[in-house]
Amino acid sequence: MAQSHIAAADDAELHFYVADEHGHAEGGTMLGFWLYLMSDCLIFAILFATYGVLGRNYAAGPSGADLFDLKLVAVNTSMLLFSSITYGFAMLEMEKGDQRMTQRWLAVTGAFGLCFIGLELYEFAHLIHEGATPQRSAFLSSFFTLVGTHGLHVTFGLIWLVTLMVQVHQRGLIQANRRRLMCLSMFWHFLDVIWIGVFTFVYLMGSLS
Amino acid sequence: MNSEPNPIEAYPHWWRLLFGRFTLESLPLHEPIVVVTFLAVAVGGLAVLGLVTRYKLWGVLWRDWFTSVDHKKIGIMYMVLGLVMLLRGFADAVLMRSQQAIAHGGSDGFLPPHHYDQIFTAHGVIMIFFVAMPLVTGLMNYVVPLQIGARDVAFPFLNNFSFWMTTGGVVLTMMSLFIGEFAATGWLAYPPLSNIAYSPSVGVDYYIWALQIAGIGTTLSGVNLIATIVKMRAPGMSMMKMPVFTWTSLCTNILIVASFPVLGAVLALLTLDRYVGTNFFTNDLGGNPMMYVNLIWIWGHPEVYILVLPAFGIFSEVTSTFSGKRLFGYASMVYATVVITILSYLVWLHHFFTMGSGASVNSFFGITTMIISIPTGAKIFNWLFTMYRGRIRFDLPMMWTVAFMLTFVVGGMTGVLLAVPPADFVLHNSLFLVAHFHNVIIGGVLFGLFAGIYYWWPKAFGFRLDPFWGKVSFWCWVVGFWVAFMPLYILGLMGVTRRMSSFEGTSLQPFFIVAAFGAALIACGIAAMIVQFAVSILRREQLRDLTGDPWGGRTLEWATSSPPPEYNFAFTPMVHDGDAWWDMKSRGYKRPLEGYKAIHMPKGTGAGVIISAIATVFGIAMVWHVWWLAAISFVGAIAAVITHTFNYDRDTYIPADEVARTEAERTRTLALVKA
Amino acid sequence: MSARAPVSEQVHVEVVHDHHEAGHGSRKAYITGFVLSVILTAIPFWLVMAKVFPDPRVTSFVIMAFAVAQIVVHMVYFLHMNARSEGGWTMMALIFTIVLVVIALSGSLWVMYHLNTNMMPMSPGDMRNMP
Repeated sequence: MAQSHIAAADDAELHFYVADEHGHAEGGTMLGFWLYLMSDCLIFAILFATYGVLGRNYAAGPSGADLFDLKLVAVNTSMLLFSSITYGFAMLEMEKGDQRMTQRWLAVTGAFGLCFIGLELYEFAHLIHEGATPQRSAFLSSFFTLVGTHGLHVTFGLIWLVTLMVQVHQRGLIQANRRRLMCLSMFWHFLDVIWIGVFTFVYLMGSLS
Repeated sequence: MNSEPNPIEAYPHWWRLLFGRFTLESLPLHEPIVVVTFLAVAVGGLAVLGLVTRYKLWGVLWRDWFTSVDHKKIGIMYMVLGLVMLLRGFADAVLMRSQQAIAHGGSDGFLPPHHYDQIFTAHGVIMIFFVAMPLVTGLMNYVVPLQIGARDVAFPFLNNFSFWMTTGGVVLTMMSLFIGEFAATGWLAYPPLSNIAYSPSVGVDYYIWALQIAGIGTTLSGVNLIATIVKMRAPGMSMMKMPVFTWTSLCTNILIVASFPVLGAVLALLTLDRYVGTNFFTNDLGGNPMMYVNLIWIWGHPEVYILVLPAFGIFSEVTSTFSGKRLFGYASMVYATVVITILSYLVWLHHFFTMGSGASVNSFFGITTMIISIPTGAKIFNWLFTMYRGRIRFDLPMMWTVAFMLTFVVGGMTGVLLAVPPADFVLHNSLFLVAHFHNVIIGGVLFGLFAGIYYWWPKAFGFRLDPFWGKVSFWCWVVGFWVAFMPLYILGLMGVTRRMSSFEGTSLQPFFIVAAFGAALIACGIAAMIVQFAVSILRREQLRDLTGDPWGGRTLEWATSSPPPEYNFAFTPMVHDGDAWWDMKSRGYKRPLEGYKAIHMPKGTGAGVIISAIATVFGIAMVWHVWWLAAISFVGAIAAVITHTFNYDRDTYIPADEVARTEAERTRTLALVKA
Repeated sequence: MSARAPVSEQVHVEVVHDHHEAGHGSRKAYITGFVLSVILTAIPFWLVMAKVFPDPRVTSFVIMAFAVAQIVVHMVYFLHMNARSEGGWTMMALIFTIVLVVIALSGSLWVMYHLNTNMMPMSPGDMRNMP
C-alpha cells in the first residue's frame, strides 16, 4: 500500500515538508497559562455559586451586615490595587531590561501583597474571636471558603514572587525568566479581577440590609 | 453505622500522634475475599518485581519510561494503566453480578451489604476515572501530536507529571482495598451520606483524595493538549483541515479544563465539611446537600462527553480509513462536536429531575437533553454515509465501529426516553438507568477505545494484533454486553432499583442469572483479549508491518515509521489537505533522503515521579489523619515544585547524523518491503 | 484562525526576541487603568457606606454595574486582553469561560431556588428529625 507512492513522480510545485527549519518557536506557555487561569476562574465561579445559594443561610447566626467592616475591606482592596500597578511597573522595567528596578518593584508588590494577607488574617481572626466561625452557619462556611481561597491564591502568588526574584537574581532577565514574570503578572492581575467580584458580591452586597 | 465502637479509643496517645486513626483493625483480615485477593496481588506483584530485578530492567524502566517526556511513551503508559485497572473494575462487576444472581429469596449471597456498597462504588469510580479516562488520555497523547505533525506536546514535563498524578490516584484507590475501606456511597458520594456524620470511616476520604490528586493531573493534561493542538499544528493545517480525532480531542480537552476544576472545588467543599466541620452540605445550620448534587453534575455531565467525544473521533478515522473514502460531512462533524461541547453544559439537571424542582426547570433541562441528541444523531448519519458505496474492509477496528453504531443507537434512544421528566420520575435510580449508561459507555466509549487500540496498535509497536483472538474477543464482548444488560432494562421497567445487595422473593432471579451469564461472556472477551495480546507479541514477526501504514491510512500519523522515531518526523510535514497523508500519497510524495538537521527535543526528568509520589503520600496522610506527615509532605511537594523550576536545562538535541542513521534504516526497510 | 505563524516547531527553544510576549502595556496605560479602577472601586464603597440610595436593590444593581465595568478595565489595561493575542485564542477562551461562569452561577441559583417546588411542605424541625 504505502510503498507504491515512494518512487512516484515528484510534483515540483508542492512541498510536503519543511526542509529548512530554524529555531524560531512560538511558545505555548502564555496560552497554556491563560487556559489554567480560566480553569481557576471556574473554581471561583463554583465558590461564588455556593456563596450565592447558601450566603443567606445564617442559621440564626450573624449576617454580613453584622460582621463586615467595610473600612477594613476598603483598605485591603487598595493594597491589592497598589500591588497591581506596582507589578505593572515591574513589567515595564523588565521590558526595558533594567534588572535592579524590576526587582525593586517586585519587592514593593510583594510588600503590598503581604499587607493584604496580613489584613485578611486579622479580619478572619477577629471574626473567629467573635464566634463567627466557619462552622457557625452555611453563610460563614461559604464566606470563609470563598475569601480564604482567594487569600490562598495570593499566598501562593507571594511564594512564587519570591522564587522568581531569586531566579532573576541568579540568572538575570533571561527569556525563561521573562516568560515566568509574564505568567505571574497574569496570575496577579487575575486575582485582582476575582477580588472585584469578592468585594462587590460578598462585602458590599452583604452589608446592604 | 455509628453503633460499632471505634477501635482507635483503645490505642495509646503516641500511636494516634504517629499513625493518626490507623489501627490494626483497619486491615480487613475478617473478609476472606479481600485477604485472598491481597495474597494473589502480593504474589503477583512480587513476581513482577522479581522478574524486573532478575532481568535488570529497573534502569531501563526508570530512564526510558518513568522519567520519559516522550508523548508516545506516556501514551502507552496511560494505556497500560487503563487496561490493568479495567481488570480491577471488571472484577468488581463480576462480584456484583454474581451476588445479585444468588441473593434472592432469603439468601444473602456472599457479600455483606457494607462490602457490596464499597464494590459498586469502587466499580463506578475505577471504570470512569481510572479506566476510561486513562485510556482516552493515553490515545489522545499518543495520536494527537502525530496527527498534527508535531514532535511532542506543548509542555512535555507537565505531560509526565499528569500521568504520575493519575497513577497517584490509582495507588490511593487500590490501597483502600487492603488498608481500611473504600467509600460505600455510590460513585458520586452524595451527602449527607458521604458527610462525616454518616460515613465516619476512611472510605470517603480515600475517594476524595484519589480523585483530587488524579484530577490535578487530568486538568493539566487538558491544558497541555489544547495548547499542543492550537500552537503546534504542522504548517498548512488550518482548523478545518485537522483530522476529526484531533478535533474531538480538542473539544474533549476544552471540556476537561472547563469541568474538572468544578469537580475539584466541589470535592474541596465536601473535604471541608468532613475535616473542618463547615456546613455546606449538612442538614444543619443552613447547609444544603442538594447543592452538592447540583454542583457535581455540572462537572458530571460534561464528563460523559469528555469520554465519548474522542471515541467519536476514533470512529470517524476508522470509518473513513476502512471504507477507503473521505469522511462524509467533515464540516458537519466538526460543528456537531462543537455544539455538543457547549450543550453538554446545559443539561446537568436531568440527573436529578426527582429533586422536586418546578415545571419550568424540569422542562428546560428535559428539552436541552433531547436537543443534544441531535448532533449525536447527525454523526451517526455521517458515518453511515461514509460507509455508503465505500469499499469496506471488515478488519477488527471496523467491526468494533459497526458494533458501536448498532449498540450506541439503542443506548442513545433510551437516554432520550429518560430525558422526559415524567418518565424519569418512574425510572430514576432504577436498573433501566444502569442499563442505559452502560449501553452508552460500553457501547460508545469502550467499543471506541477498543477500535482505537486495534487501529493504532500497529503504529505503536510495529505489528498488528492477531485477528483470530481479536474476533473471539469481539463476539464475546458484543454478545456478552447484550446478554448482560438487556435483562437490566427489563428489570428497570419493572421497577427494580439499583444498588441492591439482596432481593426478597425469587421472581426476579432468572433475569439476574441471565445478566450474570452475560458478564461471564464479557469475562471470556477480556480473557480472549489478553490471549490476543500475548499471542500477537509471540507471533510479532509474522504480524510485522514495515510500511508504517498497514491500513492505507489517511492522516499524518501513518506517514512515519511504526513505531515512530523519538522525533516523530525528520522534517515537519506541510499539509495541503484534510486527509494529509492520503493527499501526499496520491500526489506522489517522495520521502526526503538528505538534508537532515539536529532536532530539538525536551529532556526527560524524574521530577514528575517525585512530586506525584509526595502528593500521594500527602493524600494517604490526610486519609488517615496523620497530620505531621501531611504537613511535611505538603511542604515537601511545594519545595519539590520550586526546586524543579530552578532546573533551566530542559532541552536536548538529537544530532543530525543520528537522525540520518535512523532515516537511512527506514529507507532500507522500505526498499525491502518494495522488493 | 488560519493566520498562524508559518513554522510551529518545538516550544522550548529559547528565543532572544519574542515579539508575542513583549510590547504590550505602557506606563500611560497602566496609570490610566489604575486611576479608572480606583474610581470604580471608590464609588461603590461610597454608595454602600454612605447609604446613598434608600432602596438596597437599586444599590445592588448599581454596584454590580460598577463591578462589571471594573473587571473590563482590569482585563484591558492590566491583563492586556485583545482579540489578537495568541491568534484570538485567549479571547475565545475568555468568552467560553464567561459563558460557562454565567451558566454555572445563574443555573445553580435558578435550580436551587426551585429546590422544594414539588416537595411536601416541611418545617425545619421535621427536617432535622429525618432519619
